[in-house]
Amino acid sequence: MRARVFVTLKQSVFDPQGKTIADALHSLGYAGVEDVRQGKYFELDLATEEAAHARTLAAEVADKLLANPVIESYRIEVD
Amino acid sequence: MKFGIVVFPGSNCDHDAYHAVKHVLGQDAEFVWHKDTDLKRADALVLPGGFSYGDYLRTGAIARFSPIMNAVRAFAERGGPVLGVCNGFQILLEAGLIPGAMLRNRSVKFQCEHVHVRVDQTDTPFTAACRKGEVLRLPIAHGEGNYFAPPDVIARLEANGQIVFRYTNAAGVVTDEANPNGSVAAIAGLCSERRNVVGLMPHPERACESALGSADGLRVFESAVESLKSGTLVARA
Repeated sequence: MRARVFVTLKQSVFDPQGKTIADALHSLGYAGVEDVRQGKYFELDLATEEAAHARTLAAEVADKLLANPVIESYRIEVD
Repeated sequence: MKFGIVVFPGSNCDHDAYHAVKHVLGQDAEFVWHKDTDLKRADALVLPGGFSYGDYLRTGAIARFSPIMNAVRAFAERGGPVLGVCNGFQILLEAGLIPGAMLRNRSVKFQCEHVHVRVDQTDTPFTAACRKGEVLRLPIAHGEGNYFAPPDVIARLEANGQIVFRYTNAAGVVTDEANPNGSVAAIAGLCSERRNVVGLMPHPERACESALGSADGLRVFESAVESLKSGTLVARA
């Protein structure tokens, strides 16, 4: 199965890169883009056919390595 | 006194640290490879600066799982003095030996310059030779030095006196202009609750000889020697 892990900075954490990208878009004329938050995206190929197991495994590696719980949170999709 | 200098793949201040403690300070020093599990009977450890594992994923995130880190953690838990400089500090944060995390600098630039830091705590093995409030001029070189911790953690760090170094101007006053990366509470360096683990973003090992523009960094390493002499340091690897 494949798990997709989306890691993003928590809302309370300032994102200097996202702010810079938003500023760049504004200078390109995209005033309608109100804010940008940058994150990370991981695709995990997992040796299991059980969605529940895949989700558990993806959460375990996200907790252990992919995300830093001090500043980041994550969301998992499995298919 | 013997300093153990941990070398990760991508460390690039390991030789600077070795030079500072061995040739400038005249102490014993030995490199410890990250795949080793033995700290070679060091009295104090230095996790040097650099770009361990290419800064992939997050700074220090992969190095914290190096085999040597089990020994570093055990040494720290026995009260052994551990100094993390720049990437070494980032590794200590990722390993949870010091609370908090690093964000990209608010300038979104790699900041490479001399800054001033004020020594706010002198009861750590790496500031014992300093005066409280002393201002050190040290170089920084980092892209991710924007220290962050949630407000409740900052309050606890303040209450426990764990904020060891703060970015200030030359007069020792905290100002926004003197903060090179946007760190919360102008934090440049912290210690663990037990005070034996110290991490800072500036590079004391690059400022140990006046020919390099500043010799203020020597105070950090002299502190470790003084702490050992005075019997404050007890653990040995």
